[in-house]
Amino acid sequence: MKMKREEVLKILTSIFQNNFDDEKIKLTDATSSVDIEDWDSLEQINLVVAVQDAFKIKFNIEEVNSMNNVGEMVDFIMKKVKG
Amino acid sequence: MKKLEYPFHAEEILGTKRKIKKELLASGNSFIEKNIAILGGSTIGEIKNMMELFLLNQGIKPHFYEAEYNRYYEEAVFSNDRLKNFHPDIIYIHTTNRNVDRYPTMADSREMIDSLVRGEMEKFEKMWNCLADTYHCPVIQNNFEMPMYRLLGNKDASDIHGRVNFLTRLNMKFYEYTQSHKDFFICDINYISADYGLKEWSDPFYFYLYKYALNIRAIPYLAFNVANIIKSVFGKNKKGFVFDLDNTLWGGVIGDDGVEQILLGQEAPAGQAYLEFQKYIKAHKQLGILLNVDSKNEYENAIAGLRHTDSELKPEDFIQIKANWESKDRNFSDIADTLNLLPESLVFIDDNPAERHIVTEQFPGTAAPEIGESHQYIQNIDRNGFFEVTVVSEDDGRRSEMYLENARRTQFRGSFADYGEYLISLDMRAVIRPFETVYIARIFQLINKSNQFNLTTKRYTRSELEAIMSDESYITLCGKLKDRFGDNGVVSIVIGRVNEKICYIDLWLMSCRTLKREMETAMMDALSERCRERGIEEIRGYYYPTAKNNMVKDFYGTQGFVKMEEDCMGNTKWVYMPVSSYQKRNKFIKVE
Repeated sequence: MKMKREEVLKILTSIFQNNFDDEKIKLTDATSSVDIEDWDSLEQINLVVAVQDAFKIKFNIEEVNSMNNVGEMVDFIMKKVKG
Repeated sequence: MKKLEYPFHAEEILGTKRKIKKELLASGNSFIEKNIAILGGSTIGEIKNMMELFLLNQGIKPHFYEAEYNRYYEEAVFSNDRLKNFHPDIIYIHTTNRNVDRYPTMADSREMIDSLVRGEMEKFEKMWNCLADTYHCPVIQNNFEMPMYRLLGNKDASDIHGRVNFLTRLNMKFYEYTQSHKDFFICDINYISADYGLKEWSDPFYFYLYKYALNIRAIPYLAFNVANIIKSVFGKNKKGFVFDLDNTLWGGVIGDDGVEQILLGQEAPAGQAYLEFQKYIKAHKQLGILLNVDSKNEYENAIAGLRHTDSELKPEDFIQIKANWESKDRNFSDIADTLNLLPESLVFIDDNPAERHIVTEQFPGTAAPEIGESHQYIQNIDRNGFFEVTVVSEDDGRRSEMYLENARRTQFRGSFADYGEYLISLDMRAVIRPFETVYIARIFQLINKSNQFNLTTKRYTRSELEAIMSDESYITLCGKLKDRFGDNGVVSIVIGRVNEKICYIDLWLMSCRTLKREMETAMMDALSERCRERGIEEIRGYYYPTAKNNMVKDFYGTQGFVKMEEDCMGNTKWVYMPVSSYQKRNKFIKVE
């Protein structure tokens, strides 16, 4: 059973809420570091680690480096999560 | 906070750091504030965040200075106003094997490689010396972790061209420097990375992406270790253990099984685990760590267990043995009271989570680690760094003995109806003199760990103390006390700053093991005499309340000072004048 896009987004939202300690965060595909104050380049690595753990996947360097918004992150996750 | 005690979940801490920080700040604990400068040879962002959590958990609120990325050398060696204005209390240099300028190649001669070692050492020593001369504060320096690959395979360790060999040589040089310099501490990332798993630790994914020289998941372990060194330097080490017996110091329940049946000794595998654990615990006595027992048992059974032929720990190794049917927290509190220690200075070791819970509920701040199964006890306790050693004083090895002497004093006191008679019969002799170099390690230790009988709780680094020692504008007193039961060593310290005709007491403290012995009066006599010799007319004292020093709230009042001021925080200022009218009051201690 392949994971649905909405399910991925839901899990991502809870990771972001925990990481930034802000329950008001609502993610959409377009959400990027511009929208969340504390989301800087260094914070990205924490998110990546948490996402990898949650979905039991591994990104490569290129993928991490090319994720510009939440939508792209979801794309990578969906590609990797075993169906 | 349980979450931040070993064994912890690194990923959980990383993923919820903001929430944890909020909780720590809202905990109502009191914090000492410290300025901590981090000079990094790679990214330090998350290292700083994690250090903050572990330090807050130790009661230290850090303010950080972050050097520019990979400018650790320049910021240390060249004039640096930003760092000067920051007034660091401690400096942490986070360098790794990625910061070695040049490694040997196979073509290099022995002489060439020797000169590479020298060159690297010169770079680091220059930095350390500059920092010590400019900032007079403790410095923590990472050693080198082992390399992520071995070009020569196993020979990398033994061949002078190998990186393993080269880094090992540098590490040895670092240690030589440490041994001859005080206020300089190694953060042993070589051990921590091995413990974590070098392959995971040095996963270069994080370096290529964000210039972190270690795996981000390993950062909590690094930060935890650095925080342990820092809390130790600032006097926040634990002071003793309180042990359960059944299934903690031996296997089985002695009351049910009988002394012959408990698991302890070489005969059975589980017995070996308990035996090795006992040896590990006993070795702590050399560090001055106090051992105690808090067990639900008949007293006779507890003693019988400790008298077991294979028991490494004997009843005499413990200061307090509470074996009865009282609740554990009640006994725990009695033990702390008898030792004149705060409950949070003691580490509670019990295999039973319910008992650990009762004790930590009653005494927040008390550590009661999850020790796991008997074969894991040592590893789980050791990695907590409760007793992280940063300074060793001669008293450490004798501490247990001193507490036992104190127990004999208490017994002896019971035979006197009049407290004065008891004090006379103690035959107390004190030496009260200005600071001397031989005692500086002990003075430093006492200053940085005394919390209860401490009027200002001002902390000093060793360099500051040495500067004060040779500064004419200070009056320093260091009091040692002996009696018929033994030598207590250095127990009281006063630092007064003289300006014109006034002496301002920056620090006055006493070890709690000599409470109610009139030592404070002997110190006051000595202080007023020094002041009189120097023509000082007025002595001013200060009391700054903390969570722990309520016992000396009115200390200056009892010494004849008059209260001048009190602010809304309870800070009080006191004055004694004229000094010339002071009459000596100590009747019980012979002062040499």
